[in-house]
Amino acid sequence: MAPVLELRGITKRFPGVLANDRIDLTLNAGEVHALLGENGAGKSTLMNILYGLYKPDEGEIIVKGQKLEMQSPTDAIRAGIGMVHQHFMLIPVFTVTENVMLGDETTKLGGVLDRAAAAKRIREISEAYQLAVDPDAYVSDLPVGVQQRVEIIKLLYRNADILILDEPTAVLTPQEADEFFKILKTLTERGKSIIFISHKLREVLEIANRITAIRLGKVVGSTTPKQANETKLASMMVGRPVDLKLDKKPAKPGAVQLKVEDLVVADDRNHVTVDGVSFDLHKGEVLGIAGVQGNGQTELVEAITGLRDPIGGRITLGDGVDITRAHPREFTELGSAHIPEDRQLDGLVLSFPVADNLVLNTYYNRPFAKGIMLQEDAIYEQADRLIAEFDIRTPNAETSVGSLSGGNQQKVIVARELSRPGSLVVASQPTRGLDVGSIEYIHGKLLEKRDEGVAVLLVSSELDEIMQLSDRIAVMYRGKIVDIVDAKTTDKTKVGLLMAGVRDKARS
Amino acid sequence: MATHTATLAKTGVQISSTRRIVMGVIFLALAAVIWFYFGQGMNPELVTTFGLNSAGSSIMLPDWVFNTLNTLNLLAGVSAALGAFQLARGFGKSTNLVLGLVVAFFLFAFLSWAAAGASLNLAGLLRTTLQRAVPITLGALSGILCERAGVVNIAIEGMMLAGAMVSALVASLFNNWVGLLAGIGIGAVLALIHGVLSIKYKADQIVSGTVINIFSTGMTSFISAKFLQKYQELNNPAIFAPIEIPLLSKIPFIGPILFTHNLFMYGMFILLFVLQFALFYTRWGLRMRSVGEHPKAADTLGINVIRTRYMAVTLGGMMAGFAGAYFTLGSVGRFDEVMTAGRGFIGLAAMIFGNWNPFGAFGAGLLFGFADMLASRLAILGVRIPSEFLLMAPYIATMIVLAGVVGRSQAPAADGKPYDKE
Repeated sequence: MAPVLELRGITKRFPGVLANDRIDLTLNAGEVHALLGENGAGKSTLMNILYGLYKPDEGEIIVKGQKLEMQSPTDAIRAGIGMVHQHFMLIPVFTVTENVMLGDETTKLGGVLDRAAAAKRIREISEAYQLAVDPDAYVSDLPVGVQQRVEIIKLLYRNADILILDEPTAVLTPQEADEFFKILKTLTERGKSIIFISHKLREVLEIANRITAIRLGKVVGSTTPKQANETKLASMMVGRPVDLKLDKKPAKPGAVQLKVEDLVVADDRNHVTVDGVSFDLHKGEVLGIAGVQGNGQTELVEAITGLRDPIGGRITLGDGVDITRAHPREFTELGSAHIPEDRQLDGLVLSFPVADNLVLNTYYNRPFAKGIMLQEDAIYEQADRLIAEFDIRTPNAETSVGSLSGGNQQKVIVARELSRPGSLVVASQPTRGLDVGSIEYIHGKLLEKRDEGVAVLLVSSELDEIMQLSDRIAVMYRGKIVDIVDAKTTDKTKVGLLMAGVRDKARS
Repeated sequence: MATHTATLAKTGVQISSTRRIVMGVIFLALAAVIWFYFGQGMNPELVTTFGLNSAGSSIMLPDWVFNTLNTLNLLAGVSAALGAFQLARGFGKSTNLVLGLVVAFFLFAFLSWAAAGASLNLAGLLRTTLQRAVPITLGALSGILCERAGVVNIAIEGMMLAGAMVSALVASLFNNWVGLLAGIGIGAVLALIHGVLSIKYKADQIVSGTVINIFSTGMTSFISAKFLQKYQELNNPAIFAPIEIPLLSKIPFIGPILFTHNLFMYGMFILLFVLQFALFYTRWGLRMRSVGEHPKAADTLGINVIRTRYMAVTLGGMMAGFAGAYFTLGSVGRFDEVMTAGRGFIGLAAMIFGNWNPFGAFGAGLLFGFADMLASRLAILGVRIPSEFLLMAPYIATMIVLAGVVGRSQAPAADGKPYDKE
């Protein structure tokens, strides 16, 4: 059978980078073809080319036997190609109907929107593919899982039969992901063909018919789930053998280092997002906070680290110091470290050199400052030391942090935070968007700290990360901690259910 | 799961109760001002006389005469009752409506107090309010067009000024219609410059807008001083004649207030309704708003973000040019240096006050127009409040709105952010 889609020799250069290097790819009707690769491997560039957002420098795209010249997404949509982006392309203040019809509006005379007709069509699609959604709801009111359904309906509304899904499960609980895979089955049964982009090996093995791995802009191998396993895929993706299991010694928990009692925090819109959270974190243990993004983890971390004043409750350190409304500087000076969720926004000053970023929270102390004068020599001396110690790949200490790769940016933060003596580390999404090598490194560093007797609070929406690193796991759902479980005696299914707020089934 | 939703919902209400209480306190405060400041020491014998006939009334209505103190007490009582109910229970979704009502009571009480023992032409006041609201509302509509597509335009003032000057000059040379078109045209040209700077070259939109304002002030003042004052025949346009709408203008009280104006007033109303409808009920509006909210999403659906923004900014400039022409061709009949006197900026304030909605902006425009009118009228009545203070009042209200007391005003999410494809 002829493939519905064929990419031949796609090449795309960005200034200084060869993002795609003669990539060939075929997609057959009714199959799920997984595209596997690390962040920055060139998957997204390739898909943006296929969707008409970028123009390739070389190569051709053949859809159903016809060569396609694409100028814009309009051409891709017309050829039956649809894409769900990693960051949803939905407008929060619009209704589901408005979001779905945008760009392909049903109108009455004179361009007047016919919302009723569009809503009717959405209901039909939603019934046909079991994608339950209320056409009149505002997108901002919908949970992420439902927003994803809206994205898929958007494609079906345009009669797309080639669906590109970019990291679709990143924002879902394991159970939601299972639901989502069922949807994919329904779609392929009805003749839709799917390109599934992911770096999660387990998922790829579960859902794909074929797997193609991309590294540094090149296709490095193709396989099928039958012939592959997780270790094989990982080394294919990274280009060297990877040890997926961490070497983790048993924990030796000590006294309580961080005590959170009945904490209530509101977000910027004044909605309560942390609703009576209590837990103890001991020295020498990793407490993992699991949960789907947006269940209050961000505000919880901001409250602990002093970035956001809580409405109620108490936060105390091991020696009884109340830090409930402490300033971030007090938090730092009390020997606590913070690896923030958004490294570029909260962790670094991108236009500053590496050296300055390494002293962002200690610059006013000796030896980095004397009086009001910064001591450049001391700052650069320390920078050179940390660059060597933490293996930060940078031309030199004067390079601006913004020009480093994501992994190295994160290493700058880790170096700054973990090189200081301390007794508490709050790490929020410490490996988000990083390559396997950097992930290994950062995980190692966090466990090293734990073994030194430091208390580590790890917040992550990557369940694998939580399971690997934590000694105990607290699961957050809708602002509350549903349960705290021992990492040794639990498994992914149980934690997954807790992440969806189901407590009793998880217990039994 | 149900229990979680319930607790969250409950705490949500607790948080928003702050707003409920603040509102209640505002209502009570306004009631207190009516009661104590206006009512105390008022001679109970005094009556207020409101004239109900304005220029052009064909059916003369008798004056409206009532006892001032009783009216003040009644208004204070009702406002206080509303405030008490707001504090105890809250009006929920209709809170803003009640706020509008209480503010209206307050303004009426203020006028009654100001005209105690004297006579005030209510119809005339309303008619002037409406006229003062025209350039402000048009300026706000200009802002809405630009910002709903994601481009901040603080150059409305400059565009208005240029529109005023050019339309006066061209109208003096040719006729009013050509002058009006020229005024709209110069607005479009300046908007295109703003567009190229802020959309194509991604310059800071505030800087770009400021530059246009400064350029416009300088250029019009220069031309005015150099040519218009020397050759008076270049600055002598006719004013568009008022058009009395048949039948409608004969309605007692309302007719003369609403239906005896020139083309700018009717133009404003038409543009107001057209824009409100177009923004929220047409494909054009949906696409434009999507570009202002989430340009990347619009782009992935095949909407041309850049073109949409150029279109919106140019239309906004034309609207500002039209607003500028009002000053010379609709009101004064002559160009004076810096004659727009900040109306463009006030228009922006009205846009924010009206939450980027045309109807809301018109409401705010009326409020600002009312204050503008009062400042000039009350001096004549000999009221003790300085007119400058009255002029300040609407901006204090704007600041309160910006602080989020009267429900948060919500700017388009991508407002002021240049669109980068990468």
